[in-house]
Amino acid sequence: MAFWRQPLDTQEIHITKGLVTIIEDRCKGCGYCIEFCPTHMLAFSDRFNKKGYHPPQTSRPDDCVNCHYCEIICPEFAIYSVEAP
Amino acid sequence: MSANTQPGIDHQGAHPLDDLIRTDRIPHIWCPGCGTGTAFSSCLTAIKATGIPYNQFTMVSGIGCSGRAAGYIKIDSFHTTHGRAIPFASGIKMARPDLNVIVFSGDGDLFAIGGNHFIHAARRNMDMTVICVNNLIYGMTGGQVAATTPSKAKTTTTPFGNPDAPFNLPLMAYAAGASYVARWTILHVRDLTNAINEALLKKGFSFIEVLAPCPVNYGRRNKQKSLDTLRLYREKTIIRNGADPARADIDFGRGVILGTFIDRDRDTCDELYDATCRRNED
Ligand code: SF4
Ligand code: SF4
Ligand code: SF4
Repeated sequence: MAFWRQPLDTQEIHITKGLVTIIEDRCKGCGYCIEFCPTHMLAFSDRFNKKGYHPPQTSRPDDCVNCHYCEIICPEFAIYSVEAP
Repeated sequence: MSANTQPGIDHQGAHPLDDLIRTDRIPHIWCPGCGTGTAFSSCLTAIKATGIPYNQFTMVSGIGCSGRAAGYIKIDSFHTTHGRAIPFASGIKMARPDLNVIVFSGDGDLFAIGGNHFIHAARRNMDMTVICVNNLIYGMTGGQVAATTPSKAKTTTTPFGNPDAPFNLPLMAYAAGASYVARWTILHVRDLTNAINEALLKKGFSFIEVLAPCPVNYGRRNKQKSLDTLRLYREKTIIRNGADPARADIDFGRGVILGTFIDRDRDTCDELYDATCRRNED
């Protein structure tokens, strides 16, 4: 017996897609965005920014759901998301 | 896009809060992982969300790491002497009752050297919003014990652990007469932003305590990296709106209560002054 069923509105639920942007030279590499992104799509890059920190990068930009959490937890105004066009 | 610009990497900078920050001063001075930046950013988002024109706000801060905020916000702001942010703010409010006055400062500034000012502004119900970044320590001066340092925590001046009990800030704000009292952490940044927004729109003295990591001076001596502190905020906090502020003391062993403790209406200082002292003027 299937324990769960398909929610009635599955077809109608629209998952927003986002485009995340990183302002590399503002980042101080605290890792908050990486740790708390709900889709775990961010990771430290190997590059250094002007101040010598490793800013985040993503190899799966399509996973962004535009939740803005990275944007609001970032202490440095260094990352933000917008709705994907 | 210039040749070396990668998709998703913005070298110019067009952060949604750029219109409220002095971008020429960014990166700011706060250490990597310092929670002050998140609390500050949350405050700016809340200002934006009110829809009130920016020139109807002013920010006042005292001395300490978080006191630097007044220098980063792109509206009229005042960086005042140690502990005196609230008296400056009260003066502004009395002279320009139309302004929304925000005090953004730290626990040491607001509750140790400035403690008396806090009590009396709350008692008089000065119509302002006080945001206290509580990092449990004196960060800027090198990590000395503060009035908010939890029992047994190690600081430069309590190498065996703090023998004293910390201040329960929501209880003190409530007892002194504040109209609105809430506490959140920087991890709960959505709730924090909503609370600041509510507080900005609330008539009377509003107080919001923001728990924020100081990885450099508190974390390092208490074996907490900044991410550990955020995990502690996730695992050892209890969200309970309307909780009794007497139960709000900070003891991570037992769990720290977050939420809106108080939301009540009282006549403000300005209203009472008008009714009492200006009643014969017209
Ligand atoms: S907006 Fe949300 S999903 Fe997209 S990168 Fe930021 S935290 Fe991750
Ligand atoms: S939260 Fe901000 S400062 Fe921290 S790693 Fe992410 S982009 Fe960098
Ligand atoms: S000393 Fe502590 S409070 Fe001050 S900027 Fe550094 S981390 Fe933040």
